[in-house]
Amino acid sequence: MIRGRVWKFPNDVNTDYIIPGKYKFKTLDMNELAKHAMEGIDPDFAKKVEKGDIIVAGKNFGMGSSREQAPLVLKYAGVSLVIAEDFARIFYRNAFNVGLPVLICREINEKVDQGDILEVDLRSGKIVNATKKVEISASPIPDFLLEMVEVGGLAEYYKKYRKFPWEKG
Amino acid sequence: MGKTISEKILSKASNSDAYAGDIVVANIDFAMAQDGTAPLTIKALEEMGVDKVWDNKRIALVFDHNAPSPSEGVSKLHAMMRNWGRKQGVILYDVGSGVCHQLLPEQGHVPPGGVVVGADSHTCTYGALGAFATGIGSTDMAVVFASGKLWFRVPETLLVMVEGKLPEGVYAKDIVLTVIGKVTASGANYMAVEYAGNTVRDLSVEARMTLCNMAVEMGGKTGIVAPDSKTIQYVEERMAKNQYQIFSSDSDADYIKRLEIDATDLVPVVACPHEVDNVKPVSEVEGTSVDQVYIGTCTNGRIEDLRIAAKVLKNQKIKPITIITPASREVYLQALKEGLIEIFVKAGAVVCNPGCGPCVGTHQGIPSPGYTVVSTANRNFKGRMGSDEAEIYLASPHTAAVAAVRGKITDPRSYP
Repeated sequence: MIRGRVWKFPNDVNTDYIIPGKYKFKTLDMNELAKHAMEGIDPDFAKKVEKGDIIVAGKNFGMGSSREQAPLVLKYAGVSLVIAEDFARIFYRNAFNVGLPVLICREINEKVDQGDILEVDLRSGKIVNATKKVEISASPIPDFLLEMVEVGGLAEYYKKYRKFPWEKG
Repeated sequence: MGKTISEKILSKASNSDAYAGDIVVANIDFAMAQDGTAPLTIKALEEMGVDKVWDNKRIALVFDHNAPSPSEGVSKLHAMMRNWGRKQGVILYDVGSGVCHQLLPEQGHVPPGGVVVGADSHTCTYGALGAFATGIGSTDMAVVFASGKLWFRVPETLLVMVEGKLPEGVYAKDIVLTVIGKVTASGANYMAVEYAGNTVRDLSVEARMTLCNMAVEMGGKTGIVAPDSKTIQYVEERMAKNQYQIFSSDSDADYIKRLEIDATDLVPVVACPHEVDNVKPVSEVEGTSVDQVYIGTCTNGRIEDLRIAAKVLKNQKIKPITIITPASREVYLQALKEGLIEIFVKAGAVVCNPGCGPCVGTHQGIPSPGYTVVSTANRNFKGRMGSDEAEIYLASPHTAAVAAVRGKITDPRSYP
């Protein structure tokens, strides 16, 4: 169960907004890069966000670059989950690979406002807006991605099982 | 039921009978990471405990995004890439070699009918050779480096049919920007964007790379053009016959969407700040004052792009700061041989080394806040070139070069 406070963002949040290119090439220190999370669209986000908070966004979240630093800085900034109407495909894969769960939910923006508290069960995709006392359902996450994110990402999964989640046996 | 070229390539690569929507595990023909993504890939491999790559002849590391290094931090990451790369014996394209998306096709690493992945979103460029090529993240790349395989969801296909003769002053860049304006930045999300029609056949392989390069700007997983005699000629100069296979879509293949473009109706266009799908005819923004021009990148830094720019810049003086970056060393040498570099330098432009140049906002021409830039790149997001307050217009090399001479956005058809 994930419980957190909502930060809302619009459609088409691109990876240059999530982590501007001028920072991402400099270092592999994600705690350092996380200080600039979402800086391109909300310069104070990294200061305001608290551990466990949830990003809610519109369509095509994470469009643009293949930089894995994008989901990583969100994770290191404390974001526990991103719920969007849909995602750009490279960001979607990268998020699971680095252990940041993301949910697709077409009606999320109608049912959730900035600052609301959400309780989310990733397995069922059930979202409870604890502030507004309403229930919302998201598309369930494919099993192999869920297994991966539960152990902390793809590298962690491989380290633990010595195989990739899509390999049988 | 018939198949699209993408379904055929992924079927072959996964030894299965795959259609759109299926999840397959495909064998990879070639894999690339660049200096913004390779360090995380190497770190992921270390975390996974993988100390030997699957096939060092099918892996390249490219130093292009920050090359030469603008800071000690980047230099350390470059050194780490070099050390790891030499130890593994992978192919290294070091500082000055060029942009990854020019190098891979040019150096014969992209087999038509094969699957190529790159840890860079513009990997979709190589679809111009009839390969299935797509951008992935660093951890996915670590999986490929380790195993030579990766899972894919076989994409649905958007068919973009372009027919008719392109008018003067209208180029592949104008075609693809027009398409993005219609499809929108998310309209081809998860899809393959297949370009066909006699206009596409008339384009050079390089111009087709411009079309495929920007497929990701509408959310596409890849851009792709079925090979023809031009493709085969391009490839034969670079690799052995038994290394590739020619596929094309069946006439009864299933397309999720179709878009028909009459090339004779097309006009020069720009993508206005700050979205790639904010596309307008150049005539609508004509007269906008320009402070900087950039000609280069994986979208438009190839020899024919430089020839177009040189034709405009010959015996002229540039007004705004103008930066020109050949896409690769081979392109640079060819431009030298043809006298293009001399034309640029005499016009007052700055010619930078092959690489990504100022496109990603780290060096070699970060615009001042308040500056307006005309660029031949593929992204104009706020902050993309390093300043949140610069305005970036994306255009063809012709439109960009005319802006350099005039100091304002000008319809290239009215020039000189």
